[in-house]
Amino acid sequence: MNSTSLEITKNATTLSLNFFGEFNLYVVSSYEQKIKASNYEKYQHIDINLDKLYYLDTAAAIFLNNFLKKLKKNNINYSINCEKTELLDTLKLVQKYHVNLDNIEKPQHNFLYKIGNEFHKRFVDFMIFIAFLGKLFSTKLFVIKNIKNIRIKEIFFEVNENAIKAIGIIALTSFLIGLVVAYQSAYQLKLYGANIFIVDMIGISMLRELAPILTAIIIAGRSGSAFTAQIGAMKITEELDAMRTMGFDPYLFLVIPKILALMITMPVLIFIADIMGVLAGMIVANIELGITPEMFLSRFSEVVDIKHFYIGIFKGPFFAFLIATIGIYRGLVVKNDTQSIGFNTTRSVVESIFAVIICDALFSIAFTNLGI
Amino acid sequence: MSNAINESIIKVRNVKTIFDDRIVHNGLNLDVKKGEIYGLLGPSGCGKTTLLKEMVMLQNYHGGNIDILGYNLSSVDENDAQALRRQWGVLFQAGALFSSLSLADNIALGLIEYSDLSQKMIDEIVAFKINLVGLKQEDKRLFPSQISGGMKKKAALARALSLDPKLLFLDEPTSGLDPISAREFDTLILKLRELLGLSIVMVSHDLRSIYDTLDRIAVIDNKKIIYEGNLKDIKNDKSEFIQTFFRANV
Repeated sequence: MNSTSLEITKNATTLSLNFFGEFNLYVVSSYEQKIKASNYEKYQHIDINLDKLYYLDTAAAIFLNNFLKKLKKNNINYSINCEKTELLDTLKLVQKYHVNLDNIEKPQHNFLYKIGNEFHKRFVDFMIFIAFLGKLFSTKLFVIKNIKNIRIKEIFFEVNENAIKAIGIIALTSFLIGLVVAYQSAYQLKLYGANIFIVDMIGISMLRELAPILTAIIIAGRSGSAFTAQIGAMKITEELDAMRTMGFDPYLFLVIPKILALMITMPVLIFIADIMGVLAGMIVANIELGITPEMFLSRFSEVVDIKHFYIGIFKGPFFAFLIATIGIYRGLVVKNDTQSIGFNTTRSVVESIFAVIICDALFSIAFTNLGI
Repeated sequence: MSNAINESIIKVRNVKTIFDDRIVHNGLNLDVKKGEIYGLLGPSGCGKTTLLKEMVMLQNYHGGNIDILGYNLSSVDENDAQALRRQWGVLFQAGALFSSLSLADNIALGLIEYSDLSQKMIDEIVAFKINLVGLKQEDKRLFPSQISGGMKKKAALARALSLDPKLLFLDEPTSGLDPISAREFDTLILKLRELLGLSIVMVSHDLRSIYDTLDRIAVIDNKKIIYEGNLKDIKNDKSEFIQTFFRANV
């Protein structure tokens, strides 16, 4: 087979383009430059020699066709030498299915349209969220009324998946955070000789704020994202639609069990986080500040009010509700494409952590004002 | 190329496939010739799609040899494999269009990645391919989630054709289409073969499609090829699957 190339020969009035080998989309660009560089517009006649060409693909044929049209427009004569009918057929095919791109205008939108469109999208999103909450509420009422219909098996499945399997990571994280907080404050407290206050410090911060927030963040990252991905994937594979047609309400079978399971188990997880955080504080106090566990515990029951523990636990179900509803809502609004799952999973985690922190801030203000 | 009308572009020799402890293929042999439309048929689970996946290097086989366009798949290196991948187009059963890209971008992707064509040229090629497979120009800005199954198949076919492949693999091209769209698709495939000189390998269960488009057929059953040849003689074959399939459907 001869090698692929384009040779251009010139004489006074005629320019000859001799194509060799294979004219395909990988060489179109270089040929285009070569032809442009030859100043073909100055010639009266152009010879296009395809005799030595054995293959012409459609991209190259489109290029050739455009070139011929340009010649016609500039009133330059041309002739095509080609004996192979396949090549001419390809050229004819391209002419037959040619699309004039100039006639297809792209939709142009002005600024006002874009703002309006964006606002409308947000508004619709918001309404969908309200509709979701409404549906959730009515399903909850239904569950309360028909307590027999509650899906015990599903709830325990979710408890196992989202809480029992998360105990390890929550315990470990809480222990490490307790260790870090205690270690950092031990150094500062030592400077003032206020060693024993580490008990107040660890006790109150862990029970009241750190353990609930920490647990919520881990659960949001772990279960919130899983809810979104699972429900989103079920939506794409039409499993949700299948459930509906078979009379299984997805809210009853998927949504409520997940929310209830998290709401039930979150206080337990926070309790575990409390224990591990305080345990870490106790260890640091013993090693760094010489406070024995007995001393630590007696001081603990003296200064750390039981209300701090209750407040921490009390936040659990609220955080759990936020995480579960946002995760599920994000799953339900997944559109019919794969990118949407990734997008909504990210949003789910970010939004639920944000919601948890906002909720915590509100609780903080409320409890302080109530004097608790 | 006129010299090679009988040249085999796919040679499958004694291919064995084993999944865990289950033998799927036990010594398959077949030849696909240049310019023909070749069908793979067989009962569910016989490994038609597996064989197709082995041909396009998505799946390893455990014995024997597959040779495509002169490349031996058992010993092909990464550069050759990449070159080979540009010479074929694959149409998946559900289209497998990239859902984050519009139809036009799906079709343009290969051109953008593998060629140095200008954007204008690419737009023009995309418009041509869209027209060729029978989609409308205004459809090309839509996303895969916004179009029907038949349009998805056409768009996926346009994507498969974007680099002007010499060989086209189709996995159940008419499944999931209504009869009218299915016949249209058959006509389209025949037309493309004639216009672009493609060789086509397809897996199909659609009897109309089999009779209308195929030149030759291979039937896989019980881990072996039980029939390879043209459609005229197939009814004389005594095997159970062929008898049931072709008698029940005629």
